[in-house]
Amino acid sequence: MILLTRKAEFSASHYYWNDAWSAEENERVFGKCSNRNGHGHNYTLEVTVSGEIDPVSGFVVDLKELKDVLEREVVRVYDHRHLNLEVPEFKTAIPTTENIALAVWKRLDGKIPDVKLHRVRVYELPDLFADYYGEP
Amino acid sequence: MRAYLGRRYRFSASHRLHSDAFTDAENQAIYGKCNNPYGHGHNYTIEVVVGGNVDPATGMVCNLVELDSCVQKEILDRFDHTNLNTQAFFQRTVPTTENFNIEVHRLLQAAFKQAELISIRVEETSNNSFEYPVPMIRQRLIAKQGRTNPA
Repeated sequence: MILLTRKAEFSASHYYWNDAWSAEENERVFGKCSNRNGHGHNYTLEVTVSGEIDPVSGFVVDLKELKDVLEREVVRVYDHRHLNLEVPEFKTAIPTTENIALAVWKRLDGKIPDVKLHRVRVYELPDLFADYYGEP
Repeated sequence: MRAYLGRRYRFSASHRLHSDAFTDAENQAIYGKCNNPYGHGHNYTIEVVVGGNVDPATGMVCNLVELDSCVQKEILDRFDHTNLNTQAFFQRTVPTTENFNIEVHRLLQAAFKQAELISIRVEETSNNSFEYPVPMIRQRLIAKQGRTNPA
């Protein structure tokens, strides 16, 4: 088995807010991330897949195909969007880095031919990331 | 659902690699320029990974502010702009980055209770990094491969 990682980038805005809480509670828990006008990040997505190397092509996965899947399933939906207001999964889930990693996994799982999704890593900043391995 | 949060921190410190168990000549042979009696320094990066269930109310594994303040107090305030050899722990242990990595893990394991501490990666330079412990999720993967080195 071998692991292969492909990166993609997107830029989006978001805010953190739980409707079940008061404004004060949201501000206490989420700090400046609770500003309802939103703020934005340049996100970097790292998708790692696992599989066997095809003896004929020498590929574990066709990189062009993987790139196209990332573009179609994630980047086109998230890039230059307001995640809370324009992306369906974040109508209910707060678009934290953790929840974005979970959502990207759901979007990609089963969509990449020949390989298994191993890890989704989302960088919100170069010094802050979340990993999801498909664990329940 | 279980996810992992990773956060990177930076600090600068000096050290000298030298063991009383060896002669001066042996220390020089083993540690090379890192044995310079005057010491030398690095800009270190520490990558902390914690894991846990994503809280449906917050969307978070843990509160980042709490992780930051814990690492600030336990690691950065203690080690930044110091000579690692003067630290209590390194009176009996050579301050290699391997040993430093284990000490950082021990300090955070004792102090951070808001999520499970999964692993610590220390970059001594952009070319050298160490990771301890090996996270369970990767251990399972290594076990599944059945061997760690090609025959």
